Amino acid sequence: MDQSAYAVIIIPFASAVLLALLPGYRATARLNVLAAFATFLAGLRFLAVDRGVDQWFIVDDVNIVFIVLNTLVGFTAALFSASYIGHEIETGRVTVGAVRFYHAMYQVMMGSMNLALLANNIGLMWVGLELATLITVVMVGLYRTPEAIEAAWKYFILGSVGISLAFFGTILTYLAGQGALGEGVGAMSWSLLYANAAHLDVSLLNLAFVFLLVGYGTKVGLAPMHAWLPDAHSEGPTPISAVLSGLLLNVALYALLRFKMLIAANPAAMRPGPILIVMGLVSLIFAAFMLYRRRDIKRLFAYSSIEHMGLITFAFGLGGPLANFAGLLHMTMHSLTKSAIFYTVGHVAQAKGTQRIADIKGLSASHPGLAIGLGLGVLAICGLPPFGVFMSEFLILTTTFARHPWLALLPAFGLVVAFGALLLRLQSMLFGEPNEPNHEVKASSIPFALHLIIVLIAGLYLPGALVAWFQRAAALLG
Amino acid sequence: MNHAYDVSHFLAGLMLVASFALLYQDRVLAVLRTFALQAIILSLAVAWEAWAQDRPHLFITAALALGLKGIIIPLALHRMIARLGIHRDVEKVVGVGFTMLIGLGLTALSLLLILKATAAAPALAREGLAIALAIILLGLLMMITRRNAVTQIIGFMSIENGLILGATGARGMPLVVEISVAFSVLIALFVFAVFVFRIRERFDTVDVEALEQVRGDK
Repeated sequence: MDQSAYAVIIIPFASAVLLALLPGYRATARLNVLAAFATFLAGLRFLAVDRGVDQWFIVDDVNIVFIVLNTLVGFTAALFSASYIGHEIETGRVTVGAVRFYHAMYQVMMGSMNLALLANNIGLMWVGLELATLITVVMVGLYRTPEAIEAAWKYFILGSVGISLAFFGTILTYLAGQGALGEGVGAMSWSLLYANAAHLDVSLLNLAFVFLLVGYGTKVGLAPMHAWLPDAHSEGPTPISAVLSGLLLNVALYALLRFKMLIAANPAAMRPGPILIVMGLVSLIFAAFMLYRRRDIKRLFAYSSIEHMGLITFAFGLGGPLANFAGLLHMTMHSLTKSAIFYTVGHVAQAKGTQRIADIKGLSASHPGLAIGLGLGVLAICGLPPFGVFMSEFLILTTTFARHPWLALLPAFGLVVAFGALLLRLQSMLFGEPNEPNHEVKASSIPFALHLIIVLIAGLYLPGALVAWFQRAAALLG
Repeated sequence: MNHAYDVSHFLAGLMLVASFALLYQDRVLAVLRTFALQAIILSLAVAWEAWAQDRPHLFITAALALGLKGIIIPLALHRMIARLGIHRDVEKVVGVGFTMLIGLGLTALSLLLILKATAAAPALAREGLAIALAIILLGLLMMITRRNAVTQIIGFMSIENGLILGATGARGMPLVVEISVAFSVLIALFVFAVFVFRIRERFDTVDVEALEQVRGDK
């Protein structure tokens, strides 16, 4: 395997050390952006890197999709974070010391997510995901308000229960392979597990998958294990909400998909598809109805993330090259669009000094730039053409319709319900008489624009190379 | 070989008994002592496995369990409880009898589940795993029934004891030491530095019910 691949792990961890030592928040904010940009370049390098495995790391078409997306959103979120945190310091919501800590933690979080994505070992992957989750717990509690502490506490409790169950599933997977693979580090590597999937102990593998599904499913935010997600999104700093929705949920889903690939490769084991389909649909429809009762803008979009993760899980549960392709595409589009929305929402909340939807009125008159951004973002996430989300949702629905016509009605129903809720809320925020207060916000529109342009281009035209790449990844996912 | 079998079952069984004791203890300090006892038994069990499986690096895990979870964390929590002045607190445990019944049910469930699923595996590993799962489920039950931040954390740490027991029982499983270190760092980092103090700082209580009145979605 190409040694340069390790850069996506080494750069974040090294810069975390540096950021923890350096004083001054302006310098650290810049360094944070710089480190994230370097990681992004290292991530882009994966497009040309050889697929291969070594003892600890694996590179194949599936995780390259996740790594490129991860490093891209990691970079734009750092860019957004620099302007966001500056405002938070001016208004005194966070101290300079806390910001220093925040930047170092940001890099550790990025590094551990990349570690989880690259790991060729079920134990190492677990460590990476665990570390990333715990770091986000600390970040969610950054403001130290009672609400933030409650959210962090809930996240900590539910997250650690998820962590524990996933670890038990990992032990069971190791035991399932013990007969065929023997002992030692190799017995926990993905490459060997996949190669010997047909010889694994079936009943242990089935049991392991149940634990892994509940454990990692908690982190994906699948209903009914989603309770931490809205709190964690709404009370933490907005860059973290964007990273949670755009990245951490994906990394957890990646872990789940890896295990799904393993169990699908064993002909005697249970079919994971139907379980994923049911969980996905329950999350999708439940979240769509919950959208109507939200009063907090970040909670609104957190529920929208549950809805979309449900749809993506549904697509992967359906399986097959076409549905997997649509699922991967939708995951990418959702990450980009949802993080872009959170960037705008962060600035909106700063401009109005509140996250209550009822207190945000008439944005189109007071902050036209933000209003356009929020409007476009919401239209995109609702799945309206010409944005990429429309294309991926359309693909998921048509694939479902071609295979199980009656089944396609359920996700379509959920999407329509969610569409209504989001438009209703959007309308009340954008139009009408602007209310006080109206703060100046020095918003950087680059991260938002970058994401939305990619989503727009993807909606109009998907390059052939990208399609071929996603198709290879979809074929691997089985 | 029979000898090794008996000793590891004896120690795992003792840990399970400690888990049941954790379910019904209503004094904060008694909960803490029971937990420390469980951690010490865990370190003995891991040390035994290290010796019986001839994997000396497992002694690190054993030492970590003894030092950190058997001694340092309980002592630190003890000091904190004394400083918060809640050492005499009696926590109302809802329906002890009912909770114990559920605990029994969970233990039976994990025995049935694991023994059925692992029919092909060696007896020692499968029975150890079944007890480990029972300890994990009892820890979850404890986290659900408790309303105090300190006892909830103790519930989480007892889940972790069960996980380490299960991981060391799985013959030849790599990374156990590293994972136990990762877990320990987690606990050390969170339990003290971040949460309990912040909760105390904000609410003057460690009762999580105080948290539940604070909801973001009003």
